[in-house]
Amino acid sequence: MSRLAQRFAELKTQGDKPKKALIPYVMASDPSPEITLPLMHAMVEAGADIIELGVPFSDPMADGPVIQLAAERSLKHNTSMHDVFSLVSEFRKTDDKTPVIVMGYLNPIEVMGYQSFAQQAATSGIDGVLTVDMPPVEADEYVPALKSQGLDPIFLLAPTSTPARIKKLAEVASGFVYYVSLKGVTGAATLDVASVETKVAEIRQFIDLPIAVGFGISDADSAAKVASCSDAVVVGSTIVKKMTINSGKTEQERSIIIKEISEILSSMRSAMDRL
Amino acid sequence: MTDIKEKLSVTDYMSMPDDKGHFGVYGGIFASETLMQALEELRDAYEKIKTDKVFQAQFDEDLAQYVGRPSPLYFAERLTQQVGGAQIFLKREDLNHTGAHKINNTIGQGLLAKMMGKKRVIAETGAGQHGVATATVAARFGMECVVYMGAEDIVRQAPNVYRMKLLGAKVVAVESGSKTLKDALNEAMRDWVTNVDDTFYIIGTVAGPHPYPAMVRDFQTIIGREAKAQMQAQCACLPDALVACVGGGSNAIGLFHPFLADESVAMYGVEGGGLGVDSGKHAAPLCAGNPGVLHGNRTYLMEDENGQIIETHSVSAGLDYPGVGPEHSWLKDIGRVNYVAATDDEALAAFHTLTQVEGIIPALESSHAVAYGMKLAATMKPEQRIIINLSGRGDKDINTIAKIEGIEL
Repeated sequence: MSRLAQRFAELKTQGDKPKKALIPYVMASDPSPEITLPLMHAMVEAGADIIELGVPFSDPMADGPVIQLAAERSLKHNTSMHDVFSLVSEFRKTDDKTPVIVMGYLNPIEVMGYQSFAQQAATSGIDGVLTVDMPPVEADEYVPALKSQGLDPIFLLAPTSTPARIKKLAEVASGFVYYVSLKGVTGAATLDVASVETKVAEIRQFIDLPIAVGFGISDADSAAKVASCSDAVVVGSTIVKKMTINSGKTEQERSIIIKEISEILSSMRSAMDRL
Repeated sequence: MTDIKEKLSVTDYMSMPDDKGHFGVYGGIFASETLMQALEELRDAYEKIKTDKVFQAQFDEDLAQYVGRPSPLYFAERLTQQVGGAQIFLKREDLNHTGAHKINNTIGQGLLAKMMGKKRVIAETGAGQHGVATATVAARFGMECVVYMGAEDIVRQAPNVYRMKLLGAKVVAVESGSKTLKDALNEAMRDWVTNVDDTFYIIGTVAGPHPYPAMVRDFQTIIGREAKAQMQAQCACLPDALVACVGGGSNAIGLFHPFLADESVAMYGVEGGGLGVDSGKHAAPLCAGNPGVLHGNRTYLMEDENGQIIETHSVSAGLDYPGVGPEHSWLKDIGRVNYVAATDDEALAAFHTLTQVEGIIPALESSHAVAYGMKLAATMKPEQRIIINLSGRGDKDINTIAKIEGIEL
């Protein structure tokens, strides 16, 4: 069983009632290369069940200003896919349970070749891969390459997804599916819980995998509301905004950022667990 | 045997792309799920109008009555004499309404937007020609118009920015990334994802996810179809060579496509060579890039070893793009079209030559085609003929050129 499947199974059965997964997103090496490893461990400590690690790309077409700037900060350190692999390898030395998925754009994977990417990603301890600009319709070589290494290909669904495309996705996806809760880019403000509930129910007719919901989740309250109608909550821009507090260069600066992010996640965790 | 081969090659060129938008391994739909519905709607609408006689008649009429087509195929006699080789013909897209070939495409997409009931159009622009052409069509159809333009390009192309504003468009300065055309395209995509219900995204070149590369090409092939008929009327022959500049590649594919099956016609796509292809400071992905994925399609790109897109350099804002239309990538790989580069200096020299010898001020983009076309003509025989696509006029560039040459206006 993959780490992702294992984690979702545990959340369902451990404890006195089923729990929903909390998935924070941070960009690797944002704002400094030194912060990401301790931050990952701290996020697990604060209640994260799965970590989504952003791989920076120069042209993040689907992202709003917050994640765009995160990518620019990360790229100032020349962060490469190999840096991300090393980071996850380090993380795995002390945490063998928490699933890590990488999220980014296709070209940094394309330049390595799908097979070589998949092999190195799996070796480093990565569990799933979400590539924003790789839809199922183009994934004839990509999906088998990931699956041959035991990696879960994670795909996006949107308010505009049709039954035909949801079915096509169901044929290739594993791990979980990521429902983008609104029309727009990452970091947009509004969230309509009723429409999320309706769409998640529609998706469930076609897909057995856990459904994570992201985009527009900004505080404990919205996290709890989304958790009530899904299996997992992804929180990105809200915590990435904290990376601008300081440069993350010194131990002290890093601990301030880590503390702020941990507090947000803890409050989301307790709100979600009160359901 | 030859007959069969010819027929096959005709079918091959004209059947591209396949139903998923692939030109060989290039093209495709590498887009986020958040865009898929809009792209599928657009594809379906586009498939419908391809064979719709009412739409095509309206398009033809607008090209004739509003754009001023056909544009002349002009024999540049003095330039030919000066170069001393093949006869040089200029396809005068600079004489179109708004001053470039871009209007052919915006008329087509504008009509399509109207047919789909969209009230708002958005566009990206580099040199500003596509932005002006989009703002023009929006004014004519009474649509709201927002144009995304890199902050750096806004400085380089001030007259076109003012022109767009006069036409009622809102021009948004894009401050992210390298602040040029590629970043304007990213920002327009983000707008589209957010306002997908009422908005039509008019992409200005043969790039982007399917159906854009095919659709924009089809609206631009009027250039090549006219040129072929005009050459036939003037000389009762085919040209020996075609030359066009390539940024995204819409004017080039517009000229080339109707001639692809005519194997005697050599074709040259001229990229922005910047300070020289060897210097690394250029905008020539077909000459010196690698295949990758950007802006929804697989194509040749300027990228680093980590797959990050690198900044391009060209004196011409319209060529300053790190990718290129996927059909060009395919035509390069199969060897049908030769892709070459002209440097900033060569383009500037050609700009002056054409202005002084023929009384035609070419756009800096088109000056790259003129530069290579003159070089090529010099190697050919006097009975041979080449067509250079004069894709736009140079009025918009006079500030840039004056600045480079240290002249205060």
